[in-house]
Amino acid sequence: MSNTLQIVWLIPFLPLIGFLINGLGRKQLSKTLSGFIGSSVILASFLICVFVFFQVKNGNTAIVHYFDFINTASLKVGFDFQIDQLSSLFLLIITGVGFLIHIYSTSYMHDEESKDFAKFFAYLNLFVFSMLLLVMGGNYIIMFIGWEGVGLCSYLLIGFWFKDNSNNDAAKKAFVMNRIGDFGFLLAVFWLIAKLGTVNYGLHGVASGSEDIGVLTILYSKLSTFDITGITLLLFVGATGKSAQIPLYTWLPDAMAGPTPVSALIHAATMVTAGIYMIARSNILFTMAPFTQCVIAVIGLATALVAATIALQQNDIKKVLAYSTVSQLGYMFLALGVGAYTGAVFHVMTHAFFKALLFLGAGSVIHAMGGEQDMRNMGGLKKHMSITHITFLLGCLTIAGMPPFAAFFSKDQILAAAYESNPVYWVVGVLTAFITAFYMFRLYGMTFLGKFRGTHDQEHHLHESPSAITLPLIILAILSVIGGWIGIPEVFMHGGDRLEAFLEPVFAKSNALVASLHPTHELSHSTEYALMAVSVVGALIAIVYAWNKFSKYQKSTAEETGLGKILANKWYVDEFYNAIIVKPMQSIAGFLNNVVEKKGIDGFVNGVGKAVNYSSRQFRLLQTGQVSAYMLLMVVATLILFIIQLFL
Amino acid sequence: MPINYYIFLALALFSIGVVGVLTRRNAIIIFMCIELMLNAANLLLVAFSKTHEATASLATSGSDAQIFVFFIMVVAAAEVTVGLAIIVMMYRNTHSIDVNFLNRLKN
Amino acid sequence: MDPQNISITFPHLLIFVPLLAGLVTFLFKKEATVKYWSLFSCVITLLISLLSLYYSNNKALSGLDFNYVWLPHIGASFSVSLDGMARLLTFLTAVSFPLIITATFKNQYKNSNIFYGLLLLTQAGLMGVFLASDALLFYFFWELAIIPVYFLCSRWGGEKRMAATFKFFIYTFTGSLLMLIGIIYVYLHTAAVHDRAGALISEHSFAISYFYAAELSAPQQNFLFWLFFIAFAIKMPVFPFHTWQPDTYEQSPTAVTMVLSGVMVKMGLFGVIRWLLPMFPQAVLKFDMIVIMLSVIGILYASLIAVRQDDLKRLVAYSSIAHIGLMCATIFTTKQIGMEGVMIQMFNHGINIIGLWIVIELIEKQLGVRKISELSGVAHDAPILTIMLVVIAFANIALPLTNSFVGEFMMFSGLFQFNVWFAVAALISIILAAVYTLNMVQKVFYGQANPLAATIKEISVNEQIALGIIVVAIFVTGIYPQPLFDLTNDTVMQLITKFK
Repeated sequence: MSNTLQIVWLIPFLPLIGFLINGLGRKQLSKTLSGFIGSSVILASFLICVFVFFQVKNGNTAIVHYFDFINTASLKVGFDFQIDQLSSLFLLIITGVGFLIHIYSTSYMHDEESKDFAKFFAYLNLFVFSMLLLVMGGNYIIMFIGWEGVGLCSYLLIGFWFKDNSNNDAAKKAFVMNRIGDFGFLLAVFWLIAKLGTVNYGLHGVASGSEDIGVLTILYSKLSTFDITGITLLLFVGATGKSAQIPLYTWLPDAMAGPTPVSALIHAATMVTAGIYMIARSNILFTMAPFTQCVIAVIGLATALVAATIALQQNDIKKVLAYSTVSQLGYMFLALGVGAYTGAVFHVMTHAFFKALLFLGAGSVIHAMGGEQDMRNMGGLKKHMSITHITFLLGCLTIAGMPPFAAFFSKDQILAAAYESNPVYWVVGVLTAFITAFYMFRLYGMTFLGKFRGTHDQEHHLHESPSAITLPLIILAILSVIGGWIGIPEVFMHGGDRLEAFLEPVFAKSNALVASLHPTHELSHSTEYALMAVSVVGALIAIVYAWNKFSKYQKSTAEETGLGKILANKWYVDEFYNAIIVKPMQSIAGFLNNVVEKKGIDGFVNGVGKAVNYSSRQFRLLQTGQVSAYMLLMVVATLILFIIQLFL
Repeated sequence: MPINYYIFLALALFSIGVVGVLTRRNAIIIFMCIELMLNAANLLLVAFSKTHEATASLATSGSDAQIFVFFIMVVAAAEVTVGLAIIVMMYRNTHSIDVNFLNRLKN
Repeated sequence: MDPQNISITFPHLLIFVPLLAGLVTFLFKKEATVKYWSLFSCVITLLISLLSLYYSNNKALSGLDFNYVWLPHIGASFSVSLDGMARLLTFLTAVSFPLIITATFKNQYKNSNIFYGLLLLTQAGLMGVFLASDALLFYFFWELAIIPVYFLCSRWGGEKRMAATFKFFIYTFTGSLLMLIGIIYVYLHTAAVHDRAGALISEHSFAISYFYAAELSAPQQNFLFWLFFIAFAIKMPVFPFHTWQPDTYEQSPTAVTMVLSGVMVKMGLFGVIRWLLPMFPQAVLKFDMIVIMLSVIGILYASLIAVRQDDLKRLVAYSSIAHIGLMCATIFTTKQIGMEGVMIQMFNHGINIIGLWIVIELIEKQLGVRKISELSGVAHDAPILTIMLVVIAFANIALPLTNSFVGEFMMFSGLFQFNVWFAVAALISIILAAVYTLNMVQKVFYGQANPLAATIKEISVNEQIALGIIVVAIFVTGIYPQPLFDLTNDTVMQLITKFK
């Protein structure tokens, strides 16, 4: 196929080159050079992504086949890239936000030794490579390659400062929990192979020369409802691992052990949205499984609420943001669960902007504070860091859902869809939004308002960050403000929801299926205005309350009690998992090792040997050396033979 | 005379021999008991030979068993010489003819 | 020999080059001579193997086999053949020995001529096992491969080598004898061999085709199945016949451990695929559930035990048991997709585990310990070693784009098609594998360097070469596994048609 899209292999390939150069030459490269290489490859792929995006916008979508990854009689998997509306949008987010974060890192990581600095960029590039592979993959296997690849990079980057074992523990936890998710993902893929014999998506036709029409087009005839429900549930298990949903969310807050740019890129903007991408990619399957959708919505909501409540009591600035990420991801799953795929993707986009902004802002603060992350020791930073302060404030307003900032539109879209599906979803969702507004302004207040509570030494060092840090902040702040304007709801502006129109081909089948099952009942405009008003006013009240309460925050040593204590301890979920999974597993393993293996099986084997030894020692005693004893035995034996001969 | 008497006599002799071998520790007595068993066998051979002589179909068959007896006596005599020599040697070494002293092969 | 069919000598060369080289090695006195000589012979073998791979793509020569009458009156012949699986496994054998010798080149062995001579004899035995298409010959090479290992372990092993070797020996010989009984039994049920004129040559035959065609009733098949299976299961090893393995791996000299785990365990898998499945198809279908259940239990069991191991060698041993268990389970599903996975995984597992052993050997040689709890922060002073290990470790847990992924993916897929719940249970092992592997990586390599680990030096050039080759192989076969599929396609197809 001679298509201009044939060049898309360059998009992941450039970061891979960056990874190889930085990885292999980490001892030779200077910091400037490795930072330059690391960032420029991402910029180059961003530019290609922009080109690809406009191609796609003009209707040029394709599945590009490069070579056969697996080609046997039983399974054919091509190394294919799928370029369509959904993937091109994600490509833009990944490379765009990724580029800004690379720029940011050149300054943020500058205190590292030059070989560690190069290593950091190598890992970041490898991450972008894997993430691009995940998004561009033309079938579930290529997606899974990226899926595991981002998990690996996340592992490597969380444990970047590997001398501290708590970082390594966090990295390991992240990887293992992701593996639990992969367990589900893989089972789903096996199920698909067993039933359909293919792993291609097949939504937009197929690679040329292939007869394989793909999962999403033939599933009607070959999959029962049970199959579809099972497969989608298992895929969702995969998504809960990667996108940190209940019950597998606890790794994400721990993952904050990694450098802040990593938290921004991997654990806020891109990797954690992989689960949402995967479900949006397989949307038709999920639309056909109402039960799974219900599960997703409930889990998403529960995660959003639980994480938001935990965020209320965290004092580590990055932990608050981490729980807020978990909570926002919960929103996206709510959207997927109620069938608002566009809403989910929309929120992924806006979230990438504002959460990257918030993390980078937090990084800027931490940088200025000399590594301090505890908000109780901050305060009053407004005076010292004006750019960081303003951009951070914009980020907070965005996440709180204030119009006309980006998240207002995406959140509104999700909540409206939730209301349409089930008003209870909406109530919980709005409640979570209020809590979100509250804890974000608690964070803002404790950090930027009031008096400085740190040491004099720290106060002396307070400074605005260099431009490599502030520039990405400014760009992201602008995006956070205006990023929502591509999805303005119908009620405000006819044809304002350009995102919906753009993504329409991807979700067309799902939409058609929904339309055929349920008679459409659009929300009336008045209801929609009312819903918006409630969420905006509620959030505003929360903001004002938090502003008042925390702008004069004083450090207190009093222990939290009651609910506060439970929240500060994150509902004791880690302890709970420890008690029901980790400890029993360890003790079962110990039991198997010490009792079954050593005493049981090996004991049996050795026992056979011992028995032979023992019995020969006993038989040896017969050899007394007494002639008469031998004679006696001989006579007795002869007599016995005699008797046998005579009588038997 | 019925053959039974010979058989019982031979059985008695043989049993005495066996019991003697098993219970006595004096090498010479054991030796004598072995002789006793051999003689019990000889006695039976001679007795059966005599009994079956009349019905034998071959000309030589009546004397076969009796020739075997001579063989046995010769072998027994040879055995006695060797055996007595061993006992003498044993006495020289251990100043005893108790067979239980001969368990030295053990260990 | 037909001069135009010169390539049919490949199987012979593959067997006789290491055999003769091994015998010659005994004659040398100087250690350096011995080492260079054995490395040289291994490289020659590797070249032959590569040539055989190359020529085998040529369709005209695809039936590479050659018969030479050995013991005509009992129907045994020196018959060897190179089909896809044999090519792959002889290649694995040919690749692994140079790697092993290079990586352990600096090790000092007493009587090194005997050590390397025995090592090469083992290689000859392994080659023979993979090439033999005559049951008696197969048995002969099977023993030829094992006996040198027995001497290698008992003379050059660790502290408790006698106990470990004894256990190894008793285990494997029990298996071998059971198999011998089985071979003789099947032999007595094979058809008579006639020459072209119709004259009787022998009453029975050891040839593999006669064995496949042996007339066996269902009960006979059932009982023979277990005779052969136990022999192969001990070799693999499958739960619960595995307890020789950790002890032997722990106590053997590392070069031998690499041979054992990298190549020799494949003898068991190979035996099942080449002999057991085609000979007793009905019995296989009857007992597949039991065997797969044992294997799956073994996978979980070994993975869980690996979580608790403190000794690096034992950890790798149990991890290997888990991986082999998966292969065994998949073989008995007789699903095509799984079988294809097993084929390439047999190769990849060998490469990965040899890599792991090399790393462990390097650590133990330098620091004198291999207890995880006594090590920490090795990465600080040995970054190259660490990078190599991390790659191999991730290959060991089957991360995509490393070699194990495709194989394991297809094996799990085959298992899933056979029985969902077995697949679910077996798949838990990927989580456990991540737990124990990352635990090991973290505790040994990351963290603050303790005084002991601080003394480690970066690895030397030949070790870097050996590990580098492994790492490259991991990525090449991980990204483009298709050649391995093409290579073994014929074996899989032949086997699968038996079970359709």
